[in-house]
Amino acid sequence: MARERHDYDDIPGTFVFDAERSRQGYGINMFCMSLMKDDNRRAFKANEAEYLKKFNLTPEQTDAILKRDYNRMLELGGNIYFTAKLGATDGHSFQHLAALMTGSTQQDYASMMLAGGRSVEGNRSRSGKNAPSKYLRAAGGKKTASAGKRKAKPKSKTRSAKRK
Amino acid sequence: MPAIGAALDNGKTEEPYWKRIFSGFEKSQEWMRGTKPDVAIIVYNDHASTFSVEMIPTFALGCAAEFPPADEGWGPRPVPVVKGHPALASHIAQSVILDEFDLTICNKMEVDHGMTVPMNLLFGKVEKSGHWPCPVIPLAVNVVMYPPPTGHRCFMLGRAIRKAVESYPDDLKVVIFGTGGLSHQISGPRAGLINSKWDKNFLDNLSNNPQKLVKIPHIDYMREAGAEGIEMVMWLIMRGALDDKVEEVYRFYTVPASNTAVGHIILANRGRGGARKSAAKVKRPAGKLKRAAAQAKVERIRG
Repeated sequence: MARERHDYDDIPGTFVFDAERSRQGYGINMFCMSLMKDDNRRAFKANEAEYLKKFNLTPEQTDAILKRDYNRMLELGGNIYFTAKLGATDGHSFQHLAALMTGSTQQDYASMMLAGGRSVEGNRSRSGKNAPSKYLRAAGGKKTASAGKRKAKPKSKTRSAKRK
Repeated sequence: MPAIGAALDNGKTEEPYWKRIFSGFEKSQEWMRGTKPDVAIIVYNDHASTFSVEMIPTFALGCAAEFPPADEGWGPRPVPVVKGHPALASHIAQSVILDEFDLTICNKMEVDHGMTVPMNLLFGKVEKSGHWPCPVIPLAVNVVMYPPPTGHRCFMLGRAIRKAVESYPDDLKVVIFGTGGLSHQISGPRAGLINSKWDKNFLDNLSNNPQKLVKIPHIDYMREAGAEGIEMVMWLIMRGALDDKVEEVYRFYTVPASNTAVGHIILANRGRGGARKSAAKVKRPAGKLKRAAAQAKVERIRG
């Protein structure tokens, strides 16, 4: 069955762990939970493919785990708090996993974080919805309230014009 | 947060990278020592420790006498067992369920870094053989599986908790911590996202205009503050438990701590008749609740 479409599918580079993925990825996440125990970590390391047979995984899920394709695991229903346990079993830091998922080296990723992280600008939407949230624009203290209003009016006009 | 916990547990708090973060909590620890709460209600999220994916309660209240630190795969954090306040917790459960919030009651529950790290940040270091300064009532919120409760629902639950605390027969000084990330995304190709402008705005409105925040839809949190930034809804439970108008006692915000922004804000109800109230926030923020003597109808919030 095709995945239902959601507004958040428009966010780039993001696999939202929703109820559907939670159902679909139950085996992946329970496998990851099993790695909390040392005996299980050893059994997994001794024969990964064999160990994975206990978890009712699809061939795609098994493949993603064996290849350590973390983004694919998320897409197939894994959740990052769970898949991080697989990374830990491999002896990797969380930052290593984050770098892997973003396709950069750990050093580049670490430098990006030290410089303030990945900017939201240009990263809000796959379909061009790159205007800041109206809640962000409306927010703010008293000082900026009047400036904010002035700005907001022309913007909202532009937006409604676009819609038409 | 796990990285902050590791820095605490491994004695790295004096290293320059971490000192910048930990020093931001010194004033708050001082405030907490001065406030001397009788109880702390801590809103937090479990990270695949107690709840896994087998059961995913939206709101789970810890009513047990104690909550052992969870083994998250590397052994439990070296902190004392967290003592609960079963009498107040069950009173809250009864009150808020009748107010139409369908809580899950946990009479047995372990607590992970999502709760114990904020406790260390606000209570300071506590040896494993020692004692936390006050009993704690954990309130675990599902923010791992989408959808978490809405911001509005969280805010209203905070109000209901306040009402419950105020109707409790004993006069207790209660602080409430809202915890969770500010902007951060730790999953997928967009991992590393930080939106300081969003965070600052959120903190401004948390102080002055929380009604603006309760309207924010989930999609906006996820777009602007990251897939995991949706944890910010937990702060609204804390905020709902406070007065509409509060005093901002302290605020701290920095980027980055490992993969996230870190900040916290202490809000206190404005005292009446000379009483100071406060709210706390947590490690991310803690809000402080207040508690009032039901009979006297005087709120002394604080803490």
